[in-house]
Amino acid sequence: MKLLRQGKSSASGDPSQSMRTTTGNGIDTSRTIHFTFDGRRYAAHPGDTLASALLANGVRLAGRSFKYHRPRGILSAGAEEPNALVELRTGARREPNSRATVTELFDGLEAASQNRWPSLAMDALGINGVFSPVFTAGFYYKTFMWPAAFWEKVYEPMIRRAAGLGRAADEADPDIYEKATTFCDVLVVGTGPAGLAAALTAGRTGARVLVCEQDSLPGGRLRAEHGEIGGMPGWQWAEQAMDELRQMPEVRIMTRTCVFGTYDGGTYGALERVADHVPTPAPDQPRQRLWRIVARHAIVATGGIERPIVFPNNDRPGIMLAGAVRTYINRFGVTPGQRAIVYTNNDDGLRTARDLHRAGATIAAIVDARTTETPLARDMAQLTGAKLFMGGAIADTYGRLGIHAAVIREHSGLTQRVPCDLVAMSGGWNPELSLTTHQRTKPVYDETLCAFVPGTMPAGMRSAGVANGTFATPDCLREGTTCGQDAAQACGFSATVADLPAAGTESYAIVPLWHALPLDRPARTGKAFIDFQNDVTAKDVRLAAIEGFRSVEHLKRYTTLGMATDQGKTANVNALAQMAEQTGSSIARTGTTMFRPPVQPVAIGALAGAARGRHFKPDRLTPTHDWATEQGAVFTANGLWHRAQWFPRPGETHWRDTVNREVRTVRTAVGFCDVTTLGKIDIQGPDAATFLERVYVNAWRRLPIGRARYGLMLREDGFAYDDGTTARLGENHYVMTTTTAHAGSVMQHLELCHQWLWPELDVRFISVTDEWAQLAIAGPKSRDVLRHIVDPAFDISNEAFGYMAAATVTICGGQEARLFRLSFSGELAYELAVPARFGDALARLLMKVGAPYGIAPYGTEALGVMRIEKGHPAGPELNGQTTAHDLGMGRMLSTRKDFIGRAMAARPALTDPARPALIGLVPVNAGDELVAGGHLLPAGAQATAAHDQGWVSSAAWSPTLNGWIALGFLSNGPARLGETVMVHNPLGNSVTAARVVSPVFVDPNGERLHA
Amino acid sequence: MRLNCPCCGPRGLEEFTYRGDATVRRPESPTAPAQDWVDYVYLRDNPAGPHRELWYHGAGCRSWLVVTRDTRTHAISDVVRAVDVARADKEGAGS
Ligand SMILES: [Zn+2]
Repeated sequence: MKLLRQGKSSASGDPSQSMRTTTGNGIDTSRTIHFTFDGRRYAAHPGDTLASALLANGVRLAGRSFKYHRPRGILSAGAEEPNALVELRTGARREPNSRATVTELFDGLEAASQNRWPSLAMDALGINGVFSPVFTAGFYYKTFMWPAAFWEKVYEPMIRRAAGLGRAADEADPDIYEKATTFCDVLVVGTGPAGLAAALTAGRTGARVLVCEQDSLPGGRLRAEHGEIGGMPGWQWAEQAMDELRQMPEVRIMTRTCVFGTYDGGTYGALERVADHVPTPAPDQPRQRLWRIVARHAIVATGGIERPIVFPNNDRPGIMLAGAVRTYINRFGVTPGQRAIVYTNNDDGLRTARDLHRAGATIAAIVDARTTETPLARDMAQLTGAKLFMGGAIADTYGRLGIHAAVIREHSGLTQRVPCDLVAMSGGWNPELSLTTHQRTKPVYDETLCAFVPGTMPAGMRSAGVANGTFATPDCLREGTTCGQDAAQACGFSATVADLPAAGTESYAIVPLWHALPLDRPARTGKAFIDFQNDVTAKDVRLAAIEGFRSVEHLKRYTTLGMATDQGKTANVNALAQMAEQTGSSIARTGTTMFRPPVQPVAIGALAGAARGRHFKPDRLTPTHDWATEQGAVFTANGLWHRAQWFPRPGETHWRDTVNREVRTVRTAVGFCDVTTLGKIDIQGPDAATFLERVYVNAWRRLPIGRARYGLMLREDGFAYDDGTTARLGENHYVMTTTTAHAGSVMQHLELCHQWLWPELDVRFISVTDEWAQLAIAGPKSRDVLRHIVDPAFDISNEAFGYMAAATVTICGGQEARLFRLSFSGELAYELAVPARFGDALARLLMKVGAPYGIAPYGTEALGVMRIEKGHPAGPELNGQTTAHDLGMGRMLSTRKDFIGRAMAARPALTDPARPALIGLVPVNAGDELVAGGHLLPAGAQATAAHDQGWVSSAAWSPTLNGWIALGFLSNGPARLGETVMVHNPLGNSVTAARVVSPVFVDPNGERLHA
Repeated sequence: MRLNCPCCGPRGLEEFTYRGDATVRRPESPTAPAQDWVDYVYLRDNPAGPHRELWYHGAGCRSWLVVTRDTRTHAISDVVRAVDVARADKEGAGS
């Protein structure tokens, strides 16, 4: 019958909000909005959180626990919530593990419980509770010890099914995220009484103040309590203070912004939830914004987090933190129960009875762990008519899907069962001091407060209010004011402090209470949870202590206590206090685990920000890119660069057809290729030649103006680093080229050599890679083509402009350009550099004037084939593990000067002829393919590492030789020309016989270069 | 972390590249004893405390900097231009 009635209510869309019994200071009851939870539709008001709206509608069951699948409700009213984790939204925006307590409700929100099957009320895996011994402390480690097959077949599937929190969306996140940086004099985190007092005081000095509040509304606990400040309700005073702050030109207020981490040098991380509280962000609006805040001084006024009390079966829905109960009543107008038990060890918890009573609830009992009656306890019992149990405890609870009774143990030891639908518990408050500890400064234990308070503070940081262990409102206001004054003064602003507003002082009077029942009588009745999110019980902590995992860091790893989304915010102190009791140590000496950022979960999307896809890896396009695209080029990635790989023509069915045609075109006529990506560094100064002598292995002093030279650079450890040509354009003017890959690092290397090693040299550099478009024009007809482009005033005949010549010329009737007679292909060839903006035009011009000569563009693949045919080393050869000797350039190493790498390159092991050195390879059986990466072994040797004598570094089909060719490194290679070796390719499962030959396959005497 | 570049002022870590120990100096001659070169190229102390190290302001003024950083706390106590340190060292060695 009951089920039917519920169904009807749902279908008719007549939600009741039966628990909305009073008005709240944070909601707008004039408007009603709707949401769904597990498919059912409910009503709520703007200002509600999902948690307050669920409670308003009498929904107590919010989720299932992680290991035991126990029914769980809403524990807290804040970011510390361990239980009420839900999935929000659907489809691509589905977001798991969202805390219902901080989820701002909007009209149409779809939420679903997680970790349950088939339904929240009937969870089949609740049976995990029966098998719970399996899941006790250290279960991951213990089960891993079992036979592997058992793990694989039984445990892993079981744990995967049972555990895990929520489901991520299956589609890409459609929202955008932003990153931003801001600077301030004083950062104030939190807008409770301490934070607002600090912000007002600092703001009035004219300092640049940034106020961050994670909530949508200011006030912190002022919204949850009845207290007055300055003759008005605390929350009104908070709003008034915010209004004043908004008027200050140097003050910036950021709400919905959680400062989640303290980093080095006064840097803070913050997450602004820009559009989490609306169905979808507005067009171009980010969903969240990740802030880096650089603050000269920071005031942490982040308040506190209440501790649960550890008692048997303390996890049933309806058992809540007392402070949360007051929040729901006073801020949201929701009374979470009609018949309540208040269970506390301090005066603050007692006041919950008053607020519940005012909201119309019955107080069934006040259980106060303190043995001596306080005046407030007596007053509260009198006011509410509740029975008062001083020195009492809750010994057990009942109710499958929500509490319906508790067993109260009187101080005398007698027990009685008391019906109830709500337990409001307070084990005292922990200052929320995470931000003060991220720089490895440790909190200290305060015996009076039974809590850790900030210890040594990082430079520039102060804490105020509850976060600092200061609980009474007048003291919070005073401390905030002092912090704001000090911080502003430290930034050079003079502060005059206004009179503090009046506020009532409320007592606290806490006594330690780490377990409701004496330790010598461990509860047989049920699990007493410490960490609700990870299902860690008091028994697990005992077990960890018995098994020797006594350090708090071990306790955490062994029991998983304090892990996952809430990081044990409600659990840690209870756990370490129990560990201290178990080990006979003090809480101070037991200490806390290290807190690390983030204080609250931060979505990966926010950390990635805009750096997704092409914004993560931007495209770097050559000056001829658009032209190459028009030509139908196929592009390849070369670092960030996109380079034309080949230019297919109609009728070419395989890329190799295209590449072969491009190679033949260059070898028989003329082709051109964009080589702009090579690094270009302009070097000027009277000591430029001396500098080049020191960074290159070879000599540079006698290079004449108008000539270029190949240069090899080593690293200081003697291995080859980079190569390229450097041309001398003037008396003190050189232009260096580097490989594409090392363009940036060579620049950095040159700067280091100059600034750190040889500051006395008068030389300067600048990278001009992007300033010049550089095209290689190669082939026997290249000069003929260039004659149509280079102005006639410049003689480019072989006699006047020979191999390795370099000059500044003009082209096309006066346009300045640089012409180099360089050849990577081995043909008569030039490189022509023009200002980058003319690169596209130059390509089009070459096509036009080159047409009669049969010109064709070629891509990086043909470039690679031709350099292998010519035996030029490239990236696969200059791999950071080869030396000049290995590359056949040992003779280039000058002995008449110092240069980077000279001393270490001379080490005997680096010049040992037995080192694998550069050779060429051709297959013994024509047509056999040679594969780069293959290992070189002597003919007939077993394929073992002991026989490994080298490797194939580059291989290609050579259209010029009409067969496969390769470059490789072979032990004693240059002395073994003509020998047959075996190329082992274990990946392709092939063994190919190859003959060792000179690495220069084409034009070994270099006649074409000089043609 | 932020570094106070002598040329550019306080700037975020992402503008800089770390290189390493600024206390080792390159031997004067390629014919210096092999051990000197090995020490220079490979041997590094790993102090817990203030350490002088080379950083490059690649996204700023392109200065190499000698940064004194406490390896335990990341506290930066000094940032100077490497070129000034190198010049002073050479003058000191020459006098
Ligand atoms: Zn700089």
